Amino acid sequence: MSFVSVRNLFQDYGRPILERVNLDVREGEFVSIVGASGCGKSTFLRLLLGEETPTRGEIRIDGNVPATEPGPERGVVYQRYSVFPHMTALQNIVAAESFDRRFGLLFGAELRAAKKRAQAMLDRIGLGHVAQSYPAALSGGMQQRLAIGQALTAKPRILLLDEPFGALDPGTRLSMHDFIGELRADAPMTVFMVSHDLEEAFKLGDRVIVFDKVRWDPHAPEAYGATITYDFDARDGGIPFQSLKEIDHVRPTP
Amino acid sequence: MRLINRTPGRLIRPLMVVLPFALILIAYAIASDMRLSVNPADRLLPAPSTILATAERLLTEGDRRTGRILFWHDTAISLQRLAIGVGLASLTGLIFGLLIGLLPYVRTMLSGFVAVLSMVPPLAILPILFIIFGLGEVSKIMLIFIGITPFLIRDLAQRTVEIPHEQIVKAQTLGASSLVIGLRVALPQVLPRLLQSIRLSLGPAWLFLIAAEAIASDLGLGYRIFLVRRYLAMDVILTYVIWITLLAFLIDLALRNLSRRAFPWSEGGL
Repeated sequence: MSFVSVRNLFQDYGRPILERVNLDVREGEFVSIVGASGCGKSTFLRLLLGEETPTRGEIRIDGNVPATEPGPERGVVYQRYSVFPHMTALQNIVAAESFDRRFGLLFGAELRAAKKRAQAMLDRIGLGHVAQSYPAALSGGMQQRLAIGQALTAKPRILLLDEPFGALDPGTRLSMHDFIGELRADAPMTVFMVSHDLEEAFKLGDRVIVFDKVRWDPHAPEAYGATITYDFDARDGGIPFQSLKEIDHVRPTP
Repeated sequence: MRLINRTPGRLIRPLMVVLPFALILIAYAIASDMRLSVNPADRLLPAPSTILATAERLLTEGDRRTGRILFWHDTAISLQRLAIGVGLASLTGLIFGLLIGLLPYVRTMLSGFVAVLSMVPPLAILPILFIIFGLGEVSKIMLIFIGITPFLIRDLAQRTVEIPHEQIVKAQTLGASSLVIGLRVALPQVLPRLLQSIRLSLGPAWLFLIAAEAIASDLGLGYRIFLVRRYLAMDVILTYVIWITLLAFLIDLALRNLSRRAFPWSEGGL
């Protein structure tokens, strides 16, 4: 039984965007999603998030009923606007614990405990020294770290990243890749990441799936939707279970 | 060097700020002097010295009949009306702005209604307010309230809609209910805008206040101006006008400072 199962998914905005998308993802897998602009990657992410309901088909996480709206089961980090500008770094992390309360607030001992955990999380993601700063005072990379820390604090079943490093400079981007690697080494989590950067997609992903249109009418480019055309195994730098020094040929495929 | 790239130096800057004020004062003094030299009993443009003397009398001497210093009583009652009117309007604007901005059901029902409502000229319904609420405090406060509330609602609803959708989705993924999104995500981000909108509405608010006081009142800055108009007491009128301008300016300044201090995260722009 797969952890995330996508069954015969169609999405239609008056014209088809996605058609016949099927996907099974195991728990703890990192799935990179790539494709040309307008191929439906972002639509697929919104469907995974529950922000949109598919025209046909369904997405289930751990066999649960398909979501009709975003909820704590799915965490998300966008390219921008992922943290709350009116809260300090610490408050942003605490918010991840307090937002499911009646008034979105914690009090007394609970608040103190949450703040302590938030400070620990900030220390872990390398933002301990800017706990009292507002996001506007943080660099792009720090803001994205904060956004990821905030999303993880809410303990989602799956984490969705929508071009999370697209607005960062190359150096920061590389250190963010290391950061993601460290986080996943600590606690494996199921991640879907939309990216424009193929190298990044293969570097971080266990799988790289490609969205494209399989049917194409030159007179009506809008006539058909996109689906998953390739599903690469990206572990071990894209060449899994092969090395220059081949040790054995009897290893079972997973 | 192009004109758009030239900036005044540090020494000349304060001088340039003061210049228009000085010019208008000088122009007034000259015009007043010209009229008074022809007719020393002229009342239209009293000499600056006369205005100062009148101002001093108004600020310190009590009314001959009651002994109250009317200037301060006028100020107090006018500011009270303004504060209550603007306060109620802000609260209403904030609540309805958030509801319209966040909830599609409320937006569908009310945004068109508020748009039409904001087109009703408030002064045109002043007689209705006097008929319904009488000539007391309520009708004056209601005029201010009716005058600026639709603007505040529309402005705050717009600002709420402009909150990036990503933030609203993010809050949902953290388990926030509609109420929590309203209270913890939308409200704090709309508050700086509220202060900004209040600053913009203060002009109209003063207008409605003075209009209401001019028509039916027995105390208030607007009432006094329209009362002494009968005696052509330009010195009193000008003192009051300068005082009202100063008050409006100080309130604006206070709101701007409050906005800066209370919302350090909203980077400048206010």
